[in-house]
Amino acid sequence: MARSNSMQLKMLTTVAAWSIGLMIFFPILWTILTSFKTEAQAIASPPLFLNFDWTLENYQVVQERSNYMRFLWNSVFIAGGSTLLGVLIAVPAAWSMAFVPSKRTKDILLWMLSTKMLPAVGVLYPLYLIFIELGVLDTRLGLIVVLMLINLPIIVWMLYTYFKEIPGEILEAARMDGATLKSEIFYVLMPMAVPGIASTILLNVILAWNEAFWTLNLTAAKAAPLTAFIASYSSPEGLFYAKLSAASTMAIAPILILGWFSQKQLVRGLTFGAVK
Amino acid sequence: MGRIVLDQVNKSFDGVEVIPPLDLTIEDGEFTVFVGPSGCGKSTLLRLIAGLEDVTGGQIHIDGKDSTQLAPAKRKLAMVFQSYALYPHMSVRNNIAFPLKMAKLGRDKINSKVTAAAEVLNLTDYLERRPGLLSGGQRQRVAIGRAIVREPKAFLFDEPLSNLDAALRVEMRLEIGELHKRLATTMVYVTHDQVEAMTMADRIVVLKAGNIEQVGSPLELYSKPKNVFVAGFIGSPSMNLLEGPEAVKLGAKTIGIRPEHLSISDQEGVWSGIIGVSEHLGSDTFFHVKCDAFPEPITVRASGEVSLHYGEKVFLTPNHAHLHLFSDDGLRIA
Repeated sequence: MARSNSMQLKMLTTVAAWSIGLMIFFPILWTILTSFKTEAQAIASPPLFLNFDWTLENYQVVQERSNYMRFLWNSVFIAGGSTLLGVLIAVPAAWSMAFVPSKRTKDILLWMLSTKMLPAVGVLYPLYLIFIELGVLDTRLGLIVVLMLINLPIIVWMLYTYFKEIPGEILEAARMDGATLKSEIFYVLMPMAVPGIASTILLNVILAWNEAFWTLNLTAAKAAPLTAFIASYSSPEGLFYAKLSAASTMAIAPILILGWFSQKQLVRGLTFGAVK
Repeated sequence: MGRIVLDQVNKSFDGVEVIPPLDLTIEDGEFTVFVGPSGCGKSTLLRLIAGLEDVTGGQIHIDGKDSTQLAPAKRKLAMVFQSYALYPHMSVRNNIAFPLKMAKLGRDKINSKVTAAAEVLNLTDYLERRPGLLSGGQRQRVAIGRAIVREPKAFLFDEPLSNLDAALRVEMRLEIGELHKRLATTMVYVTHDQVEAMTMADRIVVLKAGNIEQVGSPLELYSKPKNVFVAGFIGSPSMNLLEGPEAVKLGAKTIGIRPEHLSISDQEGVWSGIIGVSEHLGSDTFFHVKCDAFPEPITVRASGEVSLHYGEKVFLTPNHAHLHLFSDDGLRIA
């Protein structure tokens, strides 16, 4: 009785999990499917699911009309750069919070997180003006710095959580063994926190890659990443769903593939320390 | 060389004084054990010497040099932790080599030193393994190996055997003792286990609430405890500390008598009582006797097997030469 109950429950939860998963994935699937339709098929009613003439025409048009590689390169540069810079700053910050906490450490952590609750649009004007003043509007450097600052609280929080799991005695042993602060962090702390650091980097690359608000507002042509590339297909020339979908697919493909290959690492990192 | 002098060293955490100002000299080559109940500040004192904690006041001199403000790495001391604190991502070889790499020694020199240490500690077959694949005793040996390759001025041990099982503890105790004899380097060893303290130490420092209660050789502490606390803490089973009219008769608040300094007989004696629980160890038998003269049961050691049973009436006679007398404030009178 108990056994059949648990079987039923297992099936039920499996079905529920798959349904939720499909629901979340459906818009992406639909975008990918639409990218292979003609513009007419894309807006057909009732909508066509698989029974349409598959075409690569949209991809061709998108490729001819805009320089995909330039946007892609900008995205790689901005997401990678902001993550790298963020980790460089966050590792020492998280180290000090985890291993030499002060009375205010908890407050600082919460304050950092609270900056994420601020609506971004609230600081758009000041930041825009600062960007003009510094001459970094529509430059990769400007975006790298802004995205790094935006995601820094998350990076510090995540690294702090992972570092907290590492026994302090091991770092003390390193200190007794003659390690300088730099070698302690480099040879002992970081190798031990590799799963945590890797998942922090992955998550941050994904966040920075998908970031649209700042990239759309602070870039025009030169530093525009893939989010701007998608946006350029959405408005001015009327509704071209198929081409928009092709552009979207091209924009999300790299990060989707990265996410797919690193999902194990990501899940392990995000649940790190939950079970000991 | 490794003479460590603590001069009025004290430590407070958030305004709470855990170690009041204390003076202590640890001579070069000496095996000193800090012993005391948990929370007595013995580990904190060790960490102050190591430099892992900053002193609130006072000075620490190592080999005549004021090292109070020196970073742990600069004090040339090696430490073995209770949790072993090995680097889990490195092989045994790299664990032992780590301090040498930090000291920027050449590769050949590192290799020969690691090989030599591994041989001494029976770790040669495990050099390429990660610590996770070793047993507790082997891990502790790696930790010791990591300490000895540096040729430190002194070794600091922070309850290194607490995580091992009883048999292994005895074995490692002997190994550490042998190591000390061979290296003749200063060792400071923290433990809450008074048996470890008694068996290993040249000199024992008994601590209670951050205060040094007594410093002396194991036998000094055993035969002439300065106060009631040391009397009760050193020795296993612990000394019988008795109060009441019998103590007053001898002009003391408390009298102390060790279990082996009482004789037990079913015929005659000074104090009469009834046998409670007895513990048979083969070589010895411990009787817990409830005497009429004292509220607390008295532990008596009898050599070999003695056939006395639960509930039997017996008589105890203290050996007056080994009677310890303590005054009202717990200090030794005689």
